[in-house]
Amino acid sequence: MSIYNQSRKTIILLIFFSIFGVIALRLFYLQVIEKKYRALAAQQAVQRLIVYPTRGIIYDRNGNAIVNNDALYDLMVTPREVKKAMDTSYFCQLLGIDTSQFRIKMHRAVVRNGWMRPSVFAPLLPLDVYGRLQESLYQFPGFSLVERPVRHYPFHCGGDIWGLIGEADSSIIRKSNYFYQAGDFLGITGLERTYEPLLMGQRGIHYVVRDVHNRIMGSYEDGKFDTAAIAGKNLKLSVDMPLQLFGEKLMQNKIGAIVALDPKTGGVLAMISAPDFDPNILSGADRGKNYLTLLRDPAKPLYNRATQAMYPPGSTFKPLEALVALDERVITPSFGIYCVGYYYGCGRVLHCTEHWLGHSKDLETAIAYSCNSYFFDVFRKIVDHTGNVEQGLAEWRKYMHNFGLGHRLGIDIPGESPGNIPDTTHYNKIFGDDHWSSCTIVSCGIGQGEILETPLQMANGACIIANRGYYYTPHFVAGIDGNTELLAPFHQKHVVTDIPDSLYQYVVNGMAQVVQRGTGAASQIPGIIMCGKTGTAQNPHGKDHSLFIAFAPKDHPKIAIAVVVENAGYGATYAAPIASLMVEKYLNDTIAAGPRTALLNRMMNTTILPDSLMKYVKPADNRLDSIWNRKVAQLKIKRHLETKDMIFSRNRDHRSKSDYFIRKKTYAVTENDDRP
Amino acid sequence: MMTDRSPKFTKGLDWPLIYLYALLVFIGLISIYAVEHRGSEDLLYALTHLSHHFAQQLKWAGVAAIAAVIILLIDSKFYTATANLLYVLGILLLLVVLVVGKDIKGSHSWLVIGGFQFQPAEFTKLCTLLALSKYLSNIETDFTKLRSRIIASCLILLPIVIILLQNETGLALVYLSFFLVLYREGLPGILLVIGFSVIVLVLSALLVEKTTLFIIFSVLAALVIFFMRKMIIRKRRILMYILLIWAFCGAFVMFAVPFAFHHILHPYQVSRINVMLGKEVSRGADYNVQQSKIAIGSGGLLGKGYLKGTQTRFDFVPEQSTDFIFCTIGEDFGFAGSVVLLLIYTLLILRIVKIAERQRSSFSRIYAYGVACILFFHVAINIGMTVGLAPVIGIPLPLISYGGSSLLGFTLLFFVMVRLDADRQMVLR
Repeated sequence: MSIYNQSRKTIILLIFFSIFGVIALRLFYLQVIEKKYRALAAQQAVQRLIVYPTRGIIYDRNGNAIVNNDALYDLMVTPREVKKAMDTSYFCQLLGIDTSQFRIKMHRAVVRNGWMRPSVFAPLLPLDVYGRLQESLYQFPGFSLVERPVRHYPFHCGGDIWGLIGEADSSIIRKSNYFYQAGDFLGITGLERTYEPLLMGQRGIHYVVRDVHNRIMGSYEDGKFDTAAIAGKNLKLSVDMPLQLFGEKLMQNKIGAIVALDPKTGGVLAMISAPDFDPNILSGADRGKNYLTLLRDPAKPLYNRATQAMYPPGSTFKPLEALVALDERVITPSFGIYCVGYYYGCGRVLHCTEHWLGHSKDLETAIAYSCNSYFFDVFRKIVDHTGNVEQGLAEWRKYMHNFGLGHRLGIDIPGESPGNIPDTTHYNKIFGDDHWSSCTIVSCGIGQGEILETPLQMANGACIIANRGYYYTPHFVAGIDGNTELLAPFHQKHVVTDIPDSLYQYVVNGMAQVVQRGTGAASQIPGIIMCGKTGTAQNPHGKDHSLFIAFAPKDHPKIAIAVVVENAGYGATYAAPIASLMVEKYLNDTIAAGPRTALLNRMMNTTILPDSLMKYVKPADNRLDSIWNRKVAQLKIKRHLETKDMIFSRNRDHRSKSDYFIRKKTYAVTENDDRP
Repeated sequence: MMTDRSPKFTKGLDWPLIYLYALLVFIGLISIYAVEHRGSEDLLYALTHLSHHFAQQLKWAGVAAIAAVIILLIDSKFYTATANLLYVLGILLLLVVLVVGKDIKGSHSWLVIGGFQFQPAEFTKLCTLLALSKYLSNIETDFTKLRSRIIASCLILLPIVIILLQNETGLALVYLSFFLVLYREGLPGILLVIGFSVIVLVLSALLVEKTTLFIIFSVLAALVIFFMRKMIIRKRRILMYILLIWAFCGAFVMFAVPFAFHHILHPYQVSRINVMLGKEVSRGADYNVQQSKIAIGSGGLLGKGYLKGTQTRFDFVPEQSTDFIFCTIGEDFGFAGSVVLLLIYTLLILRIVKIAERQRSSFSRIYAYGVACILFFHVAINIGMTVGLAPVIGIPLPLISYGGSSLLGFTLLFFVMVRLDADRQMVLR
């Protein structure tokens, strides 16, 4: 039978081979011709992981680390590996949570990352919890501790200045063209932000293969395509950390700012914005909560008063004005006026703080005793000397601009305020064209009116006088390892005007007189000739601000400083002593025994609560009969103090608690005193 | 009887066939090892972890070797003598499964005895083939008669029906390959043509819109009538045949195929066919094939290298050690490796056909052809489905896919043939 059908063997084999042939062709198409599958496979299985470099460290001028890196630990969980039989209650006890929170956290982990991938169960564990947990972690399979670098601030101060790092939000991500990804940390304020590209270093890329559950299965092609991460560059600041800490101490329980500059370089020696906060509380697990507390604090600790706040300069403005007058030749150094406490030049009575005859007999004396009448007159002479007040004001404004006022100086931390120097258009808008004269704006002559300066600008003004006519843009960073390009703008000398040195000498002498026998006589430093100028700035927020600018020593100055203490009254009372202590600390390294140390203690232990803060805690409607209002006020004060105590007692142990006790009492006293 | 047998059971064995068999089992083992291999684990780890597929398959390879020796020790006359009995037992076993079987992955075709999972349909292949060979080789059977052809077809269709009832479509379809054997033994070629035409009709019914298809048929019929008009004038019956075929085709595509798709096939089967035809692209339905194509396609010309594939090792391809084992070979060894594997199978089939044609006994010849056809069907459909040419029906790649039933089933099929071939000089039947 088979013989008849032998030929069918060929047909059957033909069918076999043709179908195998079709399969082979299909394989050829899939594997050799079509390239997309290779890309698809790479897309599915190979993943780019970004390796984060260690962030650069910030050092002060002596090599002390101001901002460095520390490691905290995240507790991770892989839900699949967690045993049902684990001792949940013990685990919760270790973590300090309850079992319902445990369930919520587990659920969240599963929803966010699935059963197979590890996700964060509890971020940034406090060290004590970490210690407890590490010992017994073996009992809880599925849980692991992963190191996470955080910023650490060994000196517990200056959060506004060194800056904070924060998680990239969607707008930052979009702005960075998706360079930053969700979960990345970057500098968001202060130096951390300005020098972000240097501090962050260069990210590395690590290719890994992942399985269908997105678990990492190893490196791709033995790391052939990987690039290593390069650590961030370290910054060396001009800041003198002992001086900075000294300033912090002096400013405790006060609101205000200190800026100390090295006039020869423009480097910042110290910058204090009070009240300050411990930036470390924004590194740990309670970061969000603490941040909110700081944000809601009426004293605005997150606000860097040294560069952002704008104050009327008051009498500290007078030396610069004198320079303009001398240069414009509207006065001579020997120019004097008659003043016994009043100025009648403008048809109304303007007051001067000094009443004895002779305090305005010449320029030096007028500066020393801060005669208002004298400078009203000088200012009027400056703006009127061309015969046209608009032209005069414009010229005056140009001088001010050259002195670094009315515009941002360009310091290397973000958020600097420009201050304000009024211009003619401003007055034309308010008073109408030709409806104003030098008398209308005469308060500018004593640094009031529309004039606003940041403490930084005040300190820079002191630098200009100290240097007799030039300044360098104030800056923090003195050196970056291997990179000087970024610092080039800070090495450029700004020569303000061609005012001759001889004219500066009169002003410098006047400022020296301020401390020797004038308004600031209480702040003399034994053995050091300090040149300064007090200022008492009227402001709409309550009691006068106490201001002082200074530089020392008189010849070859090494430090220029501006101090603002909000709502503290006369410049000579608080700002001048604080500035003198700072100068003495910087130049002599110690405070002389005796009256100087007593002064130091008095300054440190004084609590000055500005009216602005009291306004916040007091109801606006302050009627006598309103018992209700009184109760509300007490309640608010109580609550405010509780939150304060909470933060400070937990996080600021380097300060004694008694400070806050004092503060509390002051509140009570002020509260009673203010009752009509 | 025993006197004319060689004392050594190895005498007359077809060694090339056995080498090819061993080679494929070896390829299967290394592929399964590759699927499960993780960077940090070595061979020792794989061997000592019995829950892993690799160790299991190794164990089954040992069992298969023992089974092969036992079969070679059994006299070849045993198979001819017990063929019908085995068939009846096989059918009974299938019926038993229908009652007490266990559902695994949607098919009701597994028996679980003492922890072992076992798929009787794999073994009834052997029984059916033996019975078919026995019936066709019987001197009293005249295969030119319609009655014999119907009986032979029934022998094949009976297990198909039962296995279909077990919801194991893939294995049921394998039995269709026996019709190639019937063709070899004298079934008219026209039946193959008709079978092929039906497949084309079904495919076109699925791919082309119904009315368009009907118009195409009508135009074709008109053209045929036009060109054959002289013949039609001479013989009126030709016109009738043409019209009948036209009416049948029309009815088939208009009613039969839609009916079958909506009422007979399961939705998942419809979607698998649609995926193969490229009509359905929803992620759920074509995920397997898409992943399989990515794995194979990413292998390129020479492959990523052994144990370097990412798609198959990291669970992207489902069922990778069983039905989709070919992906591992495609990804790790590329086009070159895939073609070599196809060539090994081709060589194996050629060898079997050569063995078949050298048999003096019809029984042995028919049996060998049956083995070749089953092997071919498995390979073509399995690789076809991994590259998107065939619908996804779960049939394993012979000797390579993970699974004891499959390996043992093929081993039995092979070594019965080897035994029969070794005795080809002695047995004249």
